[in-house]
Amino acid sequence: MHIHRLEKIWIAFGLVMLAVFLTVLGIFAFSQGVQTPHSYAHQGVDPEKLSETPPFDQPGVYQIGENEYEAVIVTYAFGFNPGEITVPAGARIHFVVTSPDVVHGFEIAGTTVNLMSIPGEVNRVTYTFDKPGEYLILCNEYCGIGHQAMYTKLIVI
Amino acid sequence: MAQTIDRADGKLVLTHIIFALAALMIGGIAGMLQGMVRGGVIELPGGIGYYQLLTAHGVLMALVFTTFFIIGFMFSGLSKVTGGKLTATSRGLGWVGFWLMAVGTAIGTVMILANKATVLYTFYAPLKASPWFYIALALVVVGSWLSGAGMIAQYVSWRKNHKGKISPLFAFMAVATMGLWYIATLGVAITVLFQFIPWSFGWVEEINVMLSRTLFWYFGHPLVYFWLMPVYICWYVIVPKIIGGKIFSDALARLAFVLLLLFSTPVGFHHQLMEPGITPFWKFLQVILTFIVVVPSLITAFALFATFETTGRAKGYKGLFGWFKALPWKDVRFLAPFMGMVAFIPGGIGGMINASHQMNALVHNTIWVTGHFHLTVATAVAITFFGIAYWLIPAITGRRMTEAINRLGIIQVSLWALGILVMSGAMHISGLLGAPRRTSDTTYNGNEIAAQWDPYNVLMAIGGVILFISLIFMAVALIKMIRLPKGETEYPVAESLMPAEATPRWLERWGVWVGLAAVLIVVAYAIPIADLLANPAPGAKGFVLW
Repeated sequence: MHIHRLEKIWIAFGLVMLAVFLTVLGIFAFSQGVQTPHSYAHQGVDPEKLSETPPFDQPGVYQIGENEYEAVIVTYAFGFNPGEITVPAGARIHFVVTSPDVVHGFEIAGTTVNLMSIPGEVNRVTYTFDKPGEYLILCNEYCGIGHQAMYTKLIVI
Repeated sequence: MAQTIDRADGKLVLTHIIFALAALMIGGIAGMLQGMVRGGVIELPGGIGYYQLLTAHGVLMALVFTTFFIIGFMFSGLSKVTGGKLTATSRGLGWVGFWLMAVGTAIGTVMILANKATVLYTFYAPLKASPWFYIALALVVVGSWLSGAGMIAQYVSWRKNHKGKISPLFAFMAVATMGLWYIATLGVAITVLFQFIPWSFGWVEEINVMLSRTLFWYFGHPLVYFWLMPVYICWYVIVPKIIGGKIFSDALARLAFVLLLLFSTPVGFHHQLMEPGITPFWKFLQVILTFIVVVPSLITAFALFATFETTGRAKGYKGLFGWFKALPWKDVRFLAPFMGMVAFIPGGIGGMINASHQMNALVHNTIWVTGHFHLTVATAVAITFFGIAYWLIPAITGRRMTEAINRLGIIQVSLWALGILVMSGAMHISGLLGAPRRTSDTTYNGNEIAAQWDPYNVLMAIGGVILFISLIFMAVALIKMIRLPKGETEYPVAESLMPAEATPRWLERWGVWVGLAAVLIVVAYAIPIADLLANPAPGAKGFVLW
């Protein structure tokens, strides 16, 4: 198959760029810890029995280290449990999230905390809140008629 | 008076095209209303909800308008390049397919209007719609399988009568497109037939949510290539004829389609990067495959600009960019697809951003994503289809496309491009600022961060209105097309620059390509899906939350 010289150069250029992007992406994900949200082992929870299943039987923010916290969150139609969260600046928070009903999104606007809360599954992501302020937590996956009213706040003091 | 393609074939094609454009108009009304609600301009009257409109908009635009236009267009091209007449079998299958799809569309629309399927076009479990909604979707898909069988029957018939010859490029590309569609719809068919329908009827109590999402997105990504490949057919096969040129490389065009057939499907996880239940390893593997599927689009970009340049230089235009002036800017048959090509540059780049882990974390489920697909499907695809309609409809109805229609078309597509620029531009910026998609009008209780998104919502409303005005121009044009003078309109099909012998025959070995596609799917999906089946999370009961 005859391929024009300029096209060979263009495709080579394209392949190199794609390889560079994938390498950057991969290094940041696997060795710098900027990974997609996920559960560490495939961990299932019964969405109908959250009130009896740790840690979701006691949603809340728990200190686990020096300015390090685990935030156990239940996303439901149409709100978040716990509601408002307050932490000091520099707090490193490990979010642990699930849903007792339908799929919800868990987005903290202006940050990279953005994950899917899926009934039956536990999702996790970690973020350090260096900047003080009031952050908007909202649901970004359609979950029913109250979807646009599903939000709360995270305050960093 | 010569008929471009057989009259009976024309009837099949026209029915599909008009059905598609009708769906577009209704979907367009919905879209405009959505924008105006979010922009704070109107409140919806009682009896219709925002999310109902959004469901209708997604289903009509992304599933009905696209599928019907694509099937009509491809039947027309198949007829044209295989001698001007479909076999009775091919046409018959085309009609049965049309009716199944049309009935499915009607049932689905009724369910949506009755507020029994306000689940959006992705119908994520465990939101539970009426079983008739899922049955409607199944009918559309099964209908499309029959339409595809009709197209393949035509192709097979041509090959039997032309043993040893390479197939016409349009026909090859149509077969590749439907081949991808069969592979893709397998996923959604399995989840709809074996999960959603039994569950929504109440025959099973619970549904495996992760499995249903995974099967949906197994389908959802190649769906966008099912939309794109017919657009590439227009760009590769039709546009060169319109500009007075030839196909730059028939072989590479076929290779691009083979690569799309191979790499469009084993990539669905890039829509699921923020989900639990799939390990980072499999997500990254499918992201690598996603980046590979960029390659056929790079090949296409080169081919198009090479065609423009060689055509311009052959006409005597000189200098680095002199050939640009050779292009028929005042011909909507060229202008519209060209606008589609331009939109696909930021559209494609946006797609690569979306598939990149760390950037995905910022844009997932924000309205940036909506901005992205309004550049790709709502511009690159839609505006190319508009450009096709302006010559296809006169061609198959035995009428002459006039300069008046051309001018109307130029206004219409220019308005569309402007509307998209305003709306999609606002969506991209607002999404980067965190604004969510799929969300009705809200200020989040006067939140300061959310207030930043308001001006962009106003811009989206303006863009939506401009798009609607563009649709009015299209409706006017369609009415005028009924009263065009009888005559002939060319069905533009370009010839190849290189002789037929230059195209390697191995490109047409479908068994090899489908086999390789299957291998890639097994590599990308077998283990993660096996894991979802072997260690299933507890199933979910249905919820009707609207």
